[in-house]
Amino acid sequence: MTDFSHSTPSAATEPRKHGGSLLAQTARTRKRNAAEKRFRAYGIAAIAAGLAMLLVLVVTIVSKGTGAFQQTFVTLNVELLESKLDKNGNRDLDDIKKVTTFGYAPIIKGAMEAAVEELGIETDLKSKELAGILSKNAAAQLREYVIANPDQIGETVEFRFLASSRVDGYLKGRVHRDSIANDKNISPEQLDLVDELAAAGVLKKTFNMDFITGADASDARPEAAGMGVSMLGSLFMMFVVLALALPIGVAASIYLEEFAPQNWLTDMIEVNIANLAAVPSIVFGILGLAVFINYMHLPTSAPLVGGLVLTLMTLPTIIISTRASLKAVPPSIRDAALGVGASKMQAVFHHVLPLAAPGILTGTIIGLAQALGETAPLLLIGMVGFIASNAPESLADGLLAPNSAMPAQIYEWAKRADPAFYERAWGGIIILLIFLVTMNTLAVILRRRFERRW
Amino acid sequence: MSFVKLTASTLAIAAVSATAAAARDQVQVAGSSTVLPYASIVAEAFGENFDFPTPVVESGGSSAGLKRFCEGVGENTIDVANASRKIKDKEIAACAENGVTDIIEVRIGYDGIVFASDINANAFEYTPTDWFLALSDKVLVDGQLVDNPNQTWADVNPNFPAVDIQAFVPGTKHGTREVFEDKVILAGCEATGAFDAFKEANGGDKKAAEKACIALRTDGKSVDIDGDYTETLARIESNKDGVGVFGLAFYENNTDKLQVATMSGVVPSTESIATGEYPVSRPLFFYVKKAHIGVIPGLKEYAEFFVSDEVAGPDGPLAEYGLVADPELAETQEAVAEEAVMGGNS
Repeated sequence: MTDFSHSTPSAATEPRKHGGSLLAQTARTRKRNAAEKRFRAYGIAAIAAGLAMLLVLVVTIVSKGTGAFQQTFVTLNVELLESKLDKNGNRDLDDIKKVTTFGYAPIIKGAMEAAVEELGIETDLKSKELAGILSKNAAAQLREYVIANPDQIGETVEFRFLASSRVDGYLKGRVHRDSIANDKNISPEQLDLVDELAAAGVLKKTFNMDFITGADASDARPEAAGMGVSMLGSLFMMFVVLALALPIGVAASIYLEEFAPQNWLTDMIEVNIANLAAVPSIVFGILGLAVFINYMHLPTSAPLVGGLVLTLMTLPTIIISTRASLKAVPPSIRDAALGVGASKMQAVFHHVLPLAAPGILTGTIIGLAQALGETAPLLLIGMVGFIASNAPESLADGLLAPNSAMPAQIYEWAKRADPAFYERAWGGIIILLIFLVTMNTLAVILRRRFERRW
Repeated sequence: MSFVKLTASTLAIAAVSATAAAARDQVQVAGSSTVLPYASIVAEAFGENFDFPTPVVESGGSSAGLKRFCEGVGENTIDVANASRKIKDKEIAACAENGVTDIIEVRIGYDGIVFASDINANAFEYTPTDWFLALSDKVLVDGQLVDNPNQTWADVNPNFPAVDIQAFVPGTKHGTREVFEDKVILAGCEATGAFDAFKEANGGDKKAAEKACIALRTDGKSVDIDGDYTETLARIESNKDGVGVFGLAFYENNTDKLQVATMSGVVPSTESIATGEYPVSRPLFFYVKKAHIGVIPGLKEYAEFFVSDEVAGPDGPLAEYGLVADPELAETQEAVAEEAVMGGNS
């Protein structure tokens, strides 16, 4: 308080150590005020820099990824020729299954030719180049339909096929006429036809539900790839993490916090838990490979193993946050419960735990969100690759059949050669971010609504 | 507490069904990231056309794949290893040690390795000699082996523009690196006469001379890329003077960003590789555990489907993606059908 001065110069009659006026700032006060202003400016600059980074990130992700949610489709009338699909004409399913997807190529070529003719478009393209506008997935789609509906053979059915990734890229502005000079997958003539088909309304860019629900696709047909199956993989992993990490983590924390004696052993455990929380996740992957796969012989690439590894990774986070929220419950609550004759366990389970629950849940959700975005440990237990191609059929299948996870799928797509996969990787990031933001918001809401402060 | 009970019971159910579902019903494949696109195309088509589930294909590199392949026989080991090089004797021995004795080797076709730079950068017409002079640790100058003095491409070859040498080559864990060393650097080494100089310096030891030939300079002109081709592409996009080593299929998918250089005057394409004109190519393989045939449903069907004419033939989807079809495919098909193992039929 030594810098306080009198408001009028007349006060000079009272001798003061520093003198001067309250209104007129001394050099020292100015310096202090300037320092404070500078500090505030630094703070604002830091926040602004952070926000700018976030903005750049979000804008990049959204601008690069939204394309993945739209896809170009071609609507065609396809004549399911009996001569190609069921030579014997007896609709025997085994006979129909003998026709592979390669056998469907002539039918698709025919359908494209018919469509071009019907629309009165003149083109010099050969039938193979015509079919090149469509995705290679078209044959698979047709075969699946024919096997499910053998009675439709011989009829003309309307189908909505995916367009090939180059055509799709052309409509999205990723592929330009001048950039395809050396591209053997598409020619300017094909693009001319695409323009005409689009004008006729046969070829349209619409919302692509398959990207959200579908399975991964091979490098030959990036347009057919989707996140759905790997999303299920992530879901099953999170299920395992929740089912294991929450009970184990809470039990461990309650014991350590409420029952365990304070001695060097519990101190050691405490220090080790804090250390484990800082261990890089790849280490848990190596551990998982050694213990769960090589020693316990659990299947590779299985979400069960992925979940177990992520459980190990999440446990310290959950234990630390649970212990913190148990500590935050005032001792008076325990004392009151014990005072009216409750046993220690009753005091904990009836009074302390319910009050700590919001904090525990928040910690768990944040731990799960962390686990959801983890890729490194999954690399080692074989969950990265062309894996998410079979949707699980049952609970056991979901846990044990090979599957990928959302971040692993994104990583895999980012590595592949076709630029269409790159777009899908960004689209996948959007989906993953939506999950993470939702989970973190949920954690904040839970904390806000239910947390009690003393 | 009901939540805990619920989770406990679900876990119990899961554990019971785990033992019931232990029998694996899909083929598991791992290995070379070069073969991965081809293997995934085949796996996808296999899943569509057969009543078996789609095989699972992991990547990780030829060596990592073969290592896992050789870990033993049984359901928790992989059935097929993809490789962008032939299996080594050392690996066969490691396999045998773990009881993996009957291995079926399947050659699926050939793959070209191309040299490409940014689409707007300078065009190059290379010979192996240029690459050796640009990247080798030591080169022959006036009959003496000296540390590589070349700083720009013009130093290497007066016909080239005077831009700094900056090459992105596959790291040593890639099968591609071996082909690059064998067919480009070593060829250049021999052509410049450096090979003989190295041989002399090592007392006539051919192996040591080869090793000296393929030692690349470490002053930052040559950068090892341990990731995938996408990383090489990103490096070239940020460094327009850079030249990268790619697989042909990768280049063909990114013709809007890359321009390809000729090697010894030949433009790389599936045709020029098939005829053998383009010098830098290598065969691709996959290896099947014979002991798993009949145990893992669909394994033999997968192998046969992979090399069938409609898949691996010159008009099949693999050729369309960038694989150079094997002219001796019929023999391979026969060998797969007979389940002929390496080192004679035992």
